[in-house]
Amino acid sequence: MNTQTLDHPELADRFNKDEARVDWHDQTLWWVRQKRDKAAHALPEWESLREAASQIKHNVLANLDEYLLQFEANAQRNGITVHWAADAEEHNRIVHQILTENGIPKMVKSKSMLTEECHLNEYLAEHGIEVIDSDLGERIVQLAGEPPSHIVLPCIHWKKEEIGVLFHKHLGTEEGCADPQILTGAARLHLRDTFLTRRAALTGVNFAVAETGEFVVCTNEGNADMGAHLADVHIASMGVEKIIPRREHLSVFLRLLTRSATGQPITTYSSHFAKPRPGQTMHLILVDNGRSIQLGREDFRNSLKCIRCGACMNTCPVYRRSGGHSYHSAVAGPIGAILAPNLDMAKNADLPFASTLCGSCSNVCPVKIDIHQQLYKWRQVLVQEGHVTAAKTVSMQGMTTVLSRPGLFHLAGSVGRRLMKWFPSLVNNRLNPWYKQRDMPAPPSESFSEWYAKNRKPS
Amino acid sequence: MKVGLFVPCYVDQFYPKVAIATLELLEKQGLTVGVPPRQTCCGQPMANSGFEHLTGGCNSLFIENFAQYDYVVSPSGSCVLHLKEHLHDPKHEAEAGHLRERIFELTEFLTDVLKLDTVSARFPYRVGLHQSCHGQRGLHLSQMSELVAPPFSKPVQLLSQVDGLELIDLDRPDECCGFGGTFCVLEEAVSAKMGKDRVSDHLRHGAEYITGADMSCLMHLEGLLHRQKSPVKVVHIAEILNSNIQ
Repeated sequence: MNTQTLDHPELADRFNKDEARVDWHDQTLWWVRQKRDKAAHALPEWESLREAASQIKHNVLANLDEYLLQFEANAQRNGITVHWAADAEEHNRIVHQILTENGIPKMVKSKSMLTEECHLNEYLAEHGIEVIDSDLGERIVQLAGEPPSHIVLPCIHWKKEEIGVLFHKHLGTEEGCADPQILTGAARLHLRDTFLTRRAALTGVNFAVAETGEFVVCTNEGNADMGAHLADVHIASMGVEKIIPRREHLSVFLRLLTRSATGQPITTYSSHFAKPRPGQTMHLILVDNGRSIQLGREDFRNSLKCIRCGACMNTCPVYRRSGGHSYHSAVAGPIGAILAPNLDMAKNADLPFASTLCGSCSNVCPVKIDIHQQLYKWRQVLVQEGHVTAAKTVSMQGMTTVLSRPGLFHLAGSVGRRLMKWFPSLVNNRLNPWYKQRDMPAPPSESFSEWYAKNRKPS
Repeated sequence: MKVGLFVPCYVDQFYPKVAIATLELLEKQGLTVGVPPRQTCCGQPMANSGFEHLTGGCNSLFIENFAQYDYVVSPSGSCVLHLKEHLHDPKHEAEAGHLRERIFELTEFLTDVLKLDTVSARFPYRVGLHQSCHGQRGLHLSQMSELVAPPFSKPVQLLSQVDGLELIDLDRPDECCGFGGTFCVLEEAVSAKMGKDRVSDHLRHGAEYITGADMSCLMHLEGLLHRQKSPVKVVHIAEILNSNIQ
């Protein structure tokens, strides 16, 4: 069934061995959630904006084919070479081919969760091409040899002291230095050299405008611009769902994106790329990689509205206490848990269960994705498709038998409570996960139904 | 008005006091309350685990027990939400539809249907209110911190009328406690950590009691409080509203 070695509960259990670190992780992300609240509550029209964004995306998903073709035609007219990739492998091959054709062995890359999803860095490394991530957080996890743990804050699980040790090793900063300003300065110098010497830059795409054939890249560090402006070849990778119909729709999304992500009123750099500058070539890769399958699953279609703000992760009490890596998927947290099973049901069957279905994710979502409802629906699909242990199926069938029969239920309850009272070790033992950190409720001498039968004669 | 009391399975077995308080509280409002003896469970444990297809037996039984009532009331937001969203029976779909619309969590029944404007209860303690997610976000018993909308709270509306009761503030008024049905055992580490953090918020603000409209969350928090040997107790909101402690 599962191909990865550890699933979410095991990885989360491991993360929870260091409780002080869990507290720190939780509080750090809660602080971001609070910043988001402040920014959202400052706009009385917030809920209308969310509704507008959701409706625009609804229209996009209902007419995706038309918008994509319109976008392609307009982008080509602007001088952008448009490629179509059916899956991750094809995407990676196209990037590699562009680099090979231009004789480029090294590339600078700004933030793109799609390339994480496609495992582009590993692919290019295997083919002898060096990739330097230019987003500071991405660069930190890249130096550490780890995937990002959050889609907006890739190294949110790293403390500044730990980054100091990492930079001392890789960038030659002073030993013991944990001053964010000094560390950022060192990273900037290191990356500047990269920007000046690399001939190819890859960026992600936040929004692609069908009516103009342009695409918009949002960063807070300006690293995408720096890379793209200095490179001879600009490659942009985008999931097909990133299309928006008209330029004016950007006003809705740009107001929502960073307020939801970090609590900022607007991203520091929202750069429009419409055509290559003279002497530059610009490639745009439209990637499907399972998206059209998800589009065909009615219950999960809305997940494609996602604009990758990460608000659902920051608010998710489970994400905050289990860390991004416990989701063993490029996109972690609640949104990842509804996207990942579409990519590989067997490998990600644990993720929709990594939630209490509290619903906070759906409430913060700027495009109103019904995330917690989709988590519930995925659970049904995963069980139906057989991605569940035999033990769980047997226990659920047993529970069903007892709970569907009132006589059996009351008998089992009465026997169970007496056994708990007389032989507490039957439940208070290591095999009972409830008992590990919690006491069992004290069994009362009589159930409510027994009390009722004695005290209130049913008419 | 014919009102049926739905007592969730674990409340029947482990927290009879909660069911008794709910019954007495409804009777105090002048209602004749029916308690069908053949009731068991709403089916949520199976459904939330991905086995919604096994809930047919529970659904039929629920309809058989409660179809005759104008309203069904239950002291558990989570069970009520499950029934509102998922109670179906191909053979008795009209009855299922009637029940989906006519089942109420206790506090919303008191505020929205009975329009209770005075509560005669006394509970002279410092109390923290745990807003259970399914009640709050699912049934909209109170406004949610994520949404930009005016605040309100049905449980607070009732608790604020209880004589002597002092409601404490919390740092995170509506964060999940981590119970989550089978989540509490399948994701034991995160569940317990969430619960501990929830308890700490209440303890930090000097709670003597933690209350709420869903006994399952309270059972989880109680288990953690007991393990920590804390003197703080949990009490269902029905017990407070039905109390008259001098």
